[in-house]
Amino acid sequence: MNLIWASILIPVATAAVIAVANARAARSLAALGSLASLGALAVFAWQFPAWSTGAVFPEPCGCAWLSSINATLGVGFDSVSLLLALLEAFLIPICVIGSWSAISDRQREYYGWFMLLHASILLAFAARDVLLFYVGYEFTLVPLLFIIAIWGGPERRQAAHKLFLYTFLGSLFFLGSILFVGWQHHASTGLWSWDMGTLSTFASARLPANTQFWLFAALLAGFAVKVPLFPVHTWLPLAHNQAPTAGSVILAGTLLKLGTYGIFRLALPMAPEGGAALAVLASVLCTVAVVYAALICWVQTDAKKLVAYSSVSHLGICMLGLFALNPVGAQGSVLYMINHGLSTGALFLLIGMAYERYHVKDMDQIGGLAKRMPVWAFFMVFFTMSSIGLPGLNGFVGEYLCLFGTYIATADASTGYPGLLGPGFALVAGTGLILGAMYMLLLVGRYVFGPLREPKADGHGKHDGSHGHDPHGAGHGHDEGHGDLTGREIGLLVPLALVCLFIGVYPKPMLQAIGPVVERTLAPYPAAVERTLKSQPQAAEAAKAEPKEDDRG
Amino acid sequence: MVDMSQTVALLAPEIVLFVASMLVAVLGLSRSTGIRSLVPWVCVAALVGSILALEAVWTPERIQGARLLFPMLGKYGKALIALIGIGLVAVSAGSIDRRYEEAVARGRASFDALRVVRGEYYAFLLLSLTGAMLVMSAPDLIWLFLGLELVSLPTYIMVAVARTGRRSMEAAMKYFFLGALATAVTLYGFAMLYGATGTMQLIPMRDALAEQAAGAGLSTTALLGTILTVLGLCFKLAAVPMHFYAPDVYEGAPLPVTAFLSFTPKIAGFSALITVLGTVGWSGHAMVDHDGVRIAYEGLPQPITAVLWMVAALTMLLGNIGGILQTSLKRTLAYSSIANSGYMLVGVIVGPKGGIGAMYLFMLGYGVMTVATFGVLAALERKGEEVDSFESLAGLRASHPGLAFLLTLSALSLLGVPPLFGALAKIVLVFVAFEGGQASLAAVLLLNTAIGAVYYLRFVGAAVVNPTNAKSQEVVVVPHWWPKTAAVVAGLGLIVLPAFLSRLVDASATTVDGYVDLGEAVASDEQR
Repeated sequence: MNLIWASILIPVATAAVIAVANARAARSLAALGSLASLGALAVFAWQFPAWSTGAVFPEPCGCAWLSSINATLGVGFDSVSLLLALLEAFLIPICVIGSWSAISDRQREYYGWFMLLHASILLAFAARDVLLFYVGYEFTLVPLLFIIAIWGGPERRQAAHKLFLYTFLGSLFFLGSILFVGWQHHASTGLWSWDMGTLSTFASARLPANTQFWLFAALLAGFAVKVPLFPVHTWLPLAHNQAPTAGSVILAGTLLKLGTYGIFRLALPMAPEGGAALAVLASVLCTVAVVYAALICWVQTDAKKLVAYSSVSHLGICMLGLFALNPVGAQGSVLYMINHGLSTGALFLLIGMAYERYHVKDMDQIGGLAKRMPVWAFFMVFFTMSSIGLPGLNGFVGEYLCLFGTYIATADASTGYPGLLGPGFALVAGTGLILGAMYMLLLVGRYVFGPLREPKADGHGKHDGSHGHDPHGAGHGHDEGHGDLTGREIGLLVPLALVCLFIGVYPKPMLQAIGPVVERTLAPYPAAVERTLKSQPQAAEAAKAEPKEDDRG
Repeated sequence: MVDMSQTVALLAPEIVLFVASMLVAVLGLSRSTGIRSLVPWVCVAALVGSILALEAVWTPERIQGARLLFPMLGKYGKALIALIGIGLVAVSAGSIDRRYEEAVARGRASFDALRVVRGEYYAFLLLSLTGAMLVMSAPDLIWLFLGLELVSLPTYIMVAVARTGRRSMEAAMKYFFLGALATAVTLYGFAMLYGATGTMQLIPMRDALAEQAAGAGLSTTALLGTILTVLGLCFKLAAVPMHFYAPDVYEGAPLPVTAFLSFTPKIAGFSALITVLGTVGWSGHAMVDHDGVRIAYEGLPQPITAVLWMVAALTMLLGNIGGILQTSLKRTLAYSSIANSGYMLVGVIVGPKGGIGAMYLFMLGYGVMTVATFGVLAALERKGEEVDSFESLAGLRASHPGLAFLLTLSALSLLGVPPLFGALAKIVLVFVAFEGGQASLAAVLLLNTAIGAVYYLRFVGAAVVNPTNAKSQEVVVVPHWWPKTAAVVAGLGLIVLPAFLSRLVDASATTVDGYVDLGEAVASDEQR
């Protein structure tokens, strides 16, 4: 408990110190603060007793924060949220140290906001009280808004604006839904509770199927913006493309996972009837996203945008695994969340390193960088392979499990988990994977290998058109930037690569940790799916007949 | 027999303010700059004194004797008025008559008792606050009406107080005439309520209405009277359909007066609104269906609920959409004020079971955010004029990081980012809306929060993100510490208050303690 709060509050304190400290010390302070936060969380994870049981540790406390409705400061982890929190704590020092050379402007603010972003993401993963989760989830927007709007690319303000408004609107759906559930809980039991477990048990068992349908729809609408699912994904490529490197890393690494985590943690357990009823629709959206985003990737010439769209495609597969509604798919999905954070985060980091040297991301102007930067090229190929799911690296395991889970999610109940998807969905999504391999290899082929193309020394390229305010510190000349990766940069990439390799070779401990939690989450699903299967024609009619039972989102 | 001395004793906070306003009016005319500069201090001291007086005189026996419909409303409400009042004084101090005072100090102008406005400005400010407090302890409609007028009449003059500006003259005229119109509507409503019940006293009126409700239902006159009163009061709240004046008046008025207008008439209007609605009651009503069967329902009588629902929803929607279309800071804040009235109306509709408490909690947050926002704006000037465009704020971070941070903080709080106080107060409102069976209004509120985000983000963008431009380079901080201090304290409040949320929720819930709803009055009648 104390270690959890320590890991959350150390960054907050660091931000406060940075605010008053010398500007030159800001980056070192931020690095120290983020490492200390990682340390606290690592110690907690080392002592964590519930890796194999799926339970929540520590038990949520009753320390009321708003006593009249019993809103508490309850924090605790189960193995899934702990893994995601560890991912966050692991990525933040990399982001901070990775920004050392990229950010020369307004450093105190930059690192201060980064620390607050870190704290709020950790709070969201640690929260066991839905209102506390909402606070963490929502507050992430503010630091991210500033990080993109101040230190981003030429269209940074538009990107930040779009990101804020899209996700803010989405989270209001989510807020409305949880307030509704809390109120229902009070109305029927006379007690206030905002504990995730209590509310999930209550909502899944006591709310009528129709209410659950709209509850799930509202929660899905809220979290889908964050994931992001097709068709509300349009903010993401813009935000990724304009964000500074570290912003992109953390956005892809853990911020988007807040959306998938929200669906996994709240939407699925609270409204199994709704989840079962809407699984097909949601999966159709996922599959569309997988293929559609992959096709967009194929025609991108901007390396960063390509990776951004690939995120949309990959998260489609991740969500598909969840909606398979069987442990195999969901396990794969959770693993995929972590893998995607590692490999896409690393890709953004690498593209950022190249951008720092050339100030160009457009592959028409730049390419064949392997000749200039062999070490960079090695890591680029490594993480590309991880991203497209080469067996032996991390991406493969999650992706395979997601697709396999989808494949076996048929009405046939022999596995104990009847599903609604089946081979059709798996095949279409599989096409996305093939496309994924193609566009990623295209990226590697043009950007890393092939004939060397470098922008002329005088031209900054079209992406550097910000007026008199260059956030990337283009002030120093080009020549000094053409060298290969520095020791600091290699030091950032090696841990990422090692973790990717470890998960790829030996995923068993991770899967064992995820398994029990997934089974708990999916416990009500076989029955709910059976009911949906039986009443599918009627369910559609019932949904049409009562549109006035609105979701209150 | 009412013991008059007890009632007068209960008015100690108002009396303190009234005496102070007379004192201030005289002090402000002094030839000595030193004495004139004491004026804001006297105001602050009087406001603190009125809080202390409130604590001292507010005993259960006296409240019993005063026969108030909402006996405990004053305890929380008057303290809130005095507290935010201190902030509003600080926002005004130094900036309202600064140019003239500077001219006098530099010897460019000689002191002229006719031109100096300091005394009258603060006297009127205190009088208006006195009126707002009086509204909260009104036992009858006449008192209520006089209280409301005492709130408004000084503000008409305060708008015109910057005599140099034609705009402020136009704003004052507009405000005065439309205000008079709204007052007439309110008064017409009062007359009809009197006609329907035969009394001006609020408690007997509630009992008379309870009798009607238990019989054939409320008379049409009573319903119409209430609705007219509500519509008239919408002017004070700056709520649809009486919101049209707000953008023009807010823009034309001097900035500190704008701050004053966005809080004081609003809290007085809301207190008057719940006092009048309190006679009609949030329970004990029934509907007679086609077969003549009475079906009881919770909440205000249906026609009133319908009117208030429309008013609330439209106020939120028009306020927020209007806010998006503005370029002037003060006009944007005027629409923000309109929208916030809409949010608070949700609490009024829900009623004494949580709703009114949530409304006053939100009012606290709104007051603090108003002081913070206007404190920052009042601390800035460009070429001796107020800052009134987003352009002028651009790059504020580089020149004045502290003020930029405070403006960001209050804008994010108004926008609704947890864990800032504004967001939490809004969540409580949404929550009581669910609880009170107004889920659709809760949805409208949430949707509007998202719309409002568009223009609140402009404050953030201007202050922190945008680079300095030619216009904003000329922005300087005024040489007075009052507005800055107000902004700092209020800004801190937005961060610190959430820690005391639990206590504040309980405190604001005490506003309805001792209130006997119409349904309960009916029940006790039947027992007798």
